[in-house]
Amino acid sequence: MREEKRLPLGRQVLLQILCIVVALYVLYPILWIVGMSLDATNTLRPSTLFPPALSLQAYQHVLAKPTDNPVTFFTLARNSLFLAVGVAFFSVLIGVSAAYIFSRFDFRLRRVLMIAILAVLMLPGIATLAPLFVLLNQFKFTLGDSTFNLRASLLGVGLAMTSGALPFAIWNLKGYLDTIPKDLAEAAMIDGASFNQVFFRIILPLARPALAVTFFLGFLGGWTEFAISWQFLTDPQQFTLAMALFNMVGQYASDTSWSWFAAMALMIALPVALIYLLFQKQLVSGLAVGAVK
Amino acid sequence: MTNSAISETASTALAGQVSEAESSWWARSLRTRTILLYLLPAFLVMSFITFYPLFYQLWMSTTDFGLANLRGTVAPNSVGLQNYIDILNNGLAAKLPNFDFVYLLGFNLWWTFSNVIIHVAMGVLIAVLLNTKGLWLKGMYRAIYVLPIILPTLVIATVWRNMFDPTNGAIALGLGGIGRLFNIPPETFQLHWLDQLQPPIPGIPLPLSYFALLIVNIWLGWPFMTIVATAALQSIPPDLYEAADMDGATPAQQFWQITVPMIRPAMVPATVYGIVTTFNLFNLIYFISAGGPLRKTEIMVTTAYRLVNEQNLYGMAAAFCVLIFFILLALTLLTNRITRATESYDA
Repeated sequence: MREEKRLPLGRQVLLQILCIVVALYVLYPILWIVGMSLDATNTLRPSTLFPPALSLQAYQHVLAKPTDNPVTFFTLARNSLFLAVGVAFFSVLIGVSAAYIFSRFDFRLRRVLMIAILAVLMLPGIATLAPLFVLLNQFKFTLGDSTFNLRASLLGVGLAMTSGALPFAIWNLKGYLDTIPKDLAEAAMIDGASFNQVFFRIILPLARPALAVTFFLGFLGGWTEFAISWQFLTDPQQFTLAMALFNMVGQYASDTSWSWFAAMALMIALPVALIYLLFQKQLVSGLAVGAVK
Repeated sequence: MTNSAISETASTALAGQVSEAESSWWARSLRTRTILLYLLPAFLVMSFITFYPLFYQLWMSTTDFGLANLRGTVAPNSVGLQNYIDILNNGLAAKLPNFDFVYLLGFNLWWTFSNVIIHVAMGVLIAVLLNTKGLWLKGMYRAIYVLPIILPTLVIATVWRNMFDPTNGAIALGLGGIGRLFNIPPETFQLHWLDQLQPPIPGIPLPLSYFALLIVNIWLGWPFMTIVATAALQSIPPDLYEAADMDGATPAQQFWQITVPMIRPAMVPATVYGIVTTFNLFNLIYFISAGGPLRKTEIMVTTAYRLVNEQNLYGMAAAFCVLIFFILLALTLLTNRITRATESYDA
């Protein structure tokens, strides 16, 4: 071990200034939005950078009725949660066994299937919006007075989102499973473990960081998904947080107070930030592996 | 399961290690069946919701599929390659004013590369900065710098949209506050970031909203590169630098001769990932500039979305997305070729 080199004071100060400038760039929008969400003056547009008095009334307002639509924050959050958890859970559940096969076994069609998945991965979600919209719109049932249209339901949005999330989950999980040494499975097999036992008792527990990362990325995608929900959904009771937030900015939101908007933005960001901080260690190692792969 | 069955499963699953005696038809077919069983759920789901829609899209792209065909009772007319022709020779401009395919593609590429180059350069430099031995408050800076990654892009985009407000936005207020110290009236800083038509730099046909988007996306993009670069930096053996020190190499020489080649294997995939993400960065552009002014900051995916969402031109949108696929394919092959051609050593 070599001893820690002391940094000369002049260089220390110079580097500290650089670090602080970067920190201010990062923090400026965040501090602004936090300040605005606590603004007690309840004006439409703030004319000072920081609020003169603080209160939580913006949060109160947003929890009850964030937009002009008659929906509460909790209804919007429930819909977003349904999409986020559903998409994340099913893409990991369905993806992991396929990822394992792609990672460990060579068989005919392997190359073809992998290239097909990779090609789909390259496509942005919006590139399949038109056919999914048209196809899902064909699943309509009428029961008495009510009509169920798969396209205009959260289930339909979830299906459309899984269409892009699943190939990503397979690819991401395969990248991690490749790094698990083969000897582990081989040793277990020599001890008499079956194919399924190896998968469930050895591979899955070892793949936990990758499962967490893939789930989290799916969750993040679902929690803030905008383009598909905005195109598919028509009933305000099914709207999501992202759609409400979009309704609160821009030219059609001239009667929305910016402190309501700020409170809404922070409440959407909070769960994601919390999950990230909770699973930071696993996520960072998983992300790094995924990126280096 | 009997003992022999277990050993059979075990040995067949060990691909490539199957002994002569056990590689019977039954053993091989058991392996095949297990593989199929594990692949089946993903294969079924993807067939229905991914691959079938993609083939359907190919067919749709040769029709005039529109709102009238949505109920499924009226079949759309086949128009051959007319949709593709309309896109490529700007016939689409009749429906989307100011649509110009060459400008759109050029802007999309310029947008991608100008962003990613800055992300990588800033990401690496800040990673090196934070890796300096003896720097105070490292932990605090790391905690702050990770914030752009943990906040959802959608939220960031809406927040910055309001920050660029000419009179009440945080940019105008902040610059105005600094200006007051020097007796400059705040009106000087009330820029129309998102809808000023005149290019801010004469001779370069990029609107002010491009620079606004650039400011946001730099904010958003460099921390990921810093994380990747930091992980790579920490795996460089310190003796390399010690040896270089003894040989009298300057810090700049050490950076280019040791740091850059050593973190390159980690940075290349991160850069390719950054290129694809930035090329398709829907939320930022749709929420902040909305492609404006006059479609000058529109990218491919936001245009495709407008065709579906505002124009209900599903057939045209399908053709547009098929084009996006081929452009992305070319872009990926090109970046692969470039990164391979510039490979300095075998990783």
